[in-house]
Amino acid sequence: MNTEGNQIAVALDGIGKRFPGVIANHDVSLTVRRGTIHAIVGENGAGKSTLMNTLYGMHQPDAGTITVNGNVQHFKSPSDAIAAGIGMVHQHFMLADNFTVLENIILGAEPTHLGVLSKGVARQRITEIATASGTHVDLDAPVSQLGVGQRQRVEILKVLYRGARILILDEPTAVLVPQEVDELFATLRHLVDDGATIIFISHKLDEVLAVSDEITVIRDGTTVVTVLPRDVDRAKLGELMVGAELPSPAGRESEVGAAVRLQLTALTVDAPGQRKILDDVSFTVHESEIVGIAGVEGNGQFELCEAILGLTPITSGTVEIGDHDVTQSSTRERKQAGVSYIPFDRHREGLMLTSQLWENTLLGREDDARFMRGPLINTAEAHRDCTEIIERFDVLTPSEVVPAFALSGGNQQKLLVGRELSNRPKILLAAHPTRGVDIGAQAAIWAELRKARDAGLAVLLISADLDELIGLSDRILVMYDGKITATLDPAEATPKMLGTFMTGGKQEVA
Amino acid sequence: MVEETRIPVADGVGRGLSKLMTPKLHNSKNGLITTASSIAAVLLALVISGIMLKLTGKDPIAAYRKMIETGFQSDKMLEALQRATPLMLSAVAVAIGFKMNLFNIGVEGQYLFAALIAAVVGAAVSLPAPLHVAFILVVAMAAGAFWAGIAAVLKVKRGVNEVIATIMLNYVALSVIQWLFDSFFRDSSKSDLNVKTKILPRSAWMPDLASGRLSSMFIVALVMVFAYWIVVFKSRFGFRLRASGLNSVAARTAGISSNRMIFTALIISGAVAGLVAMPSVLGDIHAYGQGVPDGLGFAGIAVALLGRNHPVGIIAAAMLYGFLDATAGVLQIQHVPSSIIDVIKAIIVLTVVIVNEAVTRWMNRRTAARTSMALQAATPVGALA
Repeated sequence: MNTEGNQIAVALDGIGKRFPGVIANHDVSLTVRRGTIHAIVGENGAGKSTLMNTLYGMHQPDAGTITVNGNVQHFKSPSDAIAAGIGMVHQHFMLADNFTVLENIILGAEPTHLGVLSKGVARQRITEIATASGTHVDLDAPVSQLGVGQRQRVEILKVLYRGARILILDEPTAVLVPQEVDELFATLRHLVDDGATIIFISHKLDEVLAVSDEITVIRDGTTVVTVLPRDVDRAKLGELMVGAELPSPAGRESEVGAAVRLQLTALTVDAPGQRKILDDVSFTVHESEIVGIAGVEGNGQFELCEAILGLTPITSGTVEIGDHDVTQSSTRERKQAGVSYIPFDRHREGLMLTSQLWENTLLGREDDARFMRGPLINTAEAHRDCTEIIERFDVLTPSEVVPAFALSGGNQQKLLVGRELSNRPKILLAAHPTRGVDIGAQAAIWAELRKARDAGLAVLLISADLDELIGLSDRILVMYDGKITATLDPAEATPKMLGTFMTGGKQEVA
Repeated sequence: MVEETRIPVADGVGRGLSKLMTPKLHNSKNGLITTASSIAAVLLALVISGIMLKLTGKDPIAAYRKMIETGFQSDKMLEALQRATPLMLSAVAVAIGFKMNLFNIGVEGQYLFAALIAAVVGAAVSLPAPLHVAFILVVAMAAGAFWAGIAAVLKVKRGVNEVIATIMLNYVALSVIQWLFDSFFRDSSKSDLNVKTKILPRSAWMPDLASGRLSSMFIVALVMVFAYWIVVFKSRFGFRLRASGLNSVAARTAGISSNRMIFTALIISGAVAGLVAMPSVLGDIHAYGQGVPDGLGFAGIAVALLGRNHPVGIIAAAMLYGFLDATAGVLQIQHVPSSIIDVIKAIIVLTVVIVNEAVTRWMNRRTAARTSMALQAATPVGALA
């Protein structure tokens, strides 16, 4: 190895990874120099986590090579990666609450003497590591008493204790408040000065620009470009992240109607002890109108849908569907008032995976008189209805009696879209309606949404696909930190503008 | 984003097809495989138990032969059915909970409490014969439902895990029964050692199907299993119940109130549990007291597991248990401890659960693969990228 090779901590070359039905990563190439903070930015679903799981040995790549400190590696499990000096700090902490900090750090790698735990040895080593990395935390405090920022420090110490010199931090700032973010960044700087290498995954562009030495952008499963923070600004980076291509403007024959289908007034949802999840959200969706919600995931979109559906208790404000105030109504009453929902996570919120398709299309519609024969389910009618959905939405399946898990993700999604549109809703909440589906299915779902819109349907479209938002929406609202922070006309909006607002930029001129 | 689909499936871009292969067969065939695997699991359990017998120096073949010889005599057959009766009821009570991922471990307490209340209330009224029996059955169901309702309220209002609540309520039930019985309901007019509540009037006696051998409660149990099938598998309520069990989040999102489902399911479960001791109370002892069997609530859990919560499965499993219990006695004649029957029953539950899980996984993989194959076969060459 030449000296330059030794400067490279991690080199990924041509990494590809497929999951059944999806290509998560392809042609990923990445070079991380030793002693630097290297940020990886990309939208949710762009393939960042898959890539990091590959590097951490959680699964094996289908193509490409991983080189760590000049040696080509084939990690079979995370323990191989740990042995090579790679450590991962997960977004969700993996700590035992009722153990002390010390116990948590040594858990799984306990130093023993003749089978007896030697905490003294451990304490000494941890203190050394903590001092070297400038990480201070009371080793004897039970983890249950620690704040989020301190827990994260424990996670970092845990990784360092196992000898990691290359640290992967998966969205480390997602759970932190601004002061904690500053402390984290100080720790990271300290670690890098001490010779460690940090791979920092994020979609918060300001933070990335502030802390990293180099930035690699991932889009649609592949690395797009690597830039230096001084060469880009937030807008430029946002554009790289979401892709600059604009969709061809989608023509529409109909006009936005006058009738109000969904009206939210000062909707607020508090989380105990935290900041507001939804903060004074007010907007209206009219007949034959698609209102898009742009926003980085986790800024209140999910809770917005839950609040409209009556699945989460709201603190204040009102929800009106059509001319009914449903603020106090049950979910079923709201659905009967005409709200339908294409969920964020089809497996969690939408489908019974082991049940047959016709039972899945019946779910939530079993109140409909046509599916009832007295108190019993009219199975024949439910089968017929499911077959109709399968045909109309081009669901690729041998029949309506196969279990839902046997379908590919795209076909499950088409089935769900079909089910929700078959309710003849007044207002459809569509969360990522085309996420994870192939291009053909995407076009089909878009066409169905447009058709329904032209026929009078009001749609609240939540999407991370900015092209989809701009192409379909009649109006785009930006959500940031639980608030609607901007209203844009899609005819004038660009992904670049959206990117700015979505990452916290303010709207100057309406 | 890794969790796209956990099972290899067709990744199709091809165009519309919706009817090919013979999907209707798919169900009955899966049913057949399930049945076959359950029978295989029972046989496997008998082999394992046989090995255990052999290791303890007994002759398993002779023991099994004796069990079969006596078991198929008509009086033993009737006894098997009689013993299967409360097990069917208990298993249905448990299965209703299982179907929505609720574990009602409290059938034991529910049926014992219901037995006492039903015996006391039944002895206090006088009604014409068929009405009297029906009235007591209704009271028993109400009492069982009441006892299960405590756990239901705790779960819905306070989020108390129903497993903990129902287990603990079993102990509470025993103490409450003891207290009620000793303080209020003990029939002090009789001085013999066999203490019981006041004897039910003749009009409240459940007629036997076969005199002294099989109570008409057997018919009631079959009716309850049938009702379980209709309500849980065919009705809208049952659809909601099963949906809540299969994916509670999706069910809630679809507008099914989880609290209401939890409450209703536990109440119905408790009501069915209330009937478990009725063969003894109405058909045998004609009161509550010594002789009302205990442990049937726990046995029902095993029977429900064994029968995979399926109505036919529950009947078959209850009969198998009944058969094993009925033949336990003859083993002693063979100098084999009759407790080996309990061992066999436990091993059967274990093997059935393990074999069924393995078979289910295998069938799921097979279904996924076949679906994928069917789609590829039906898609024009080249359409799949």
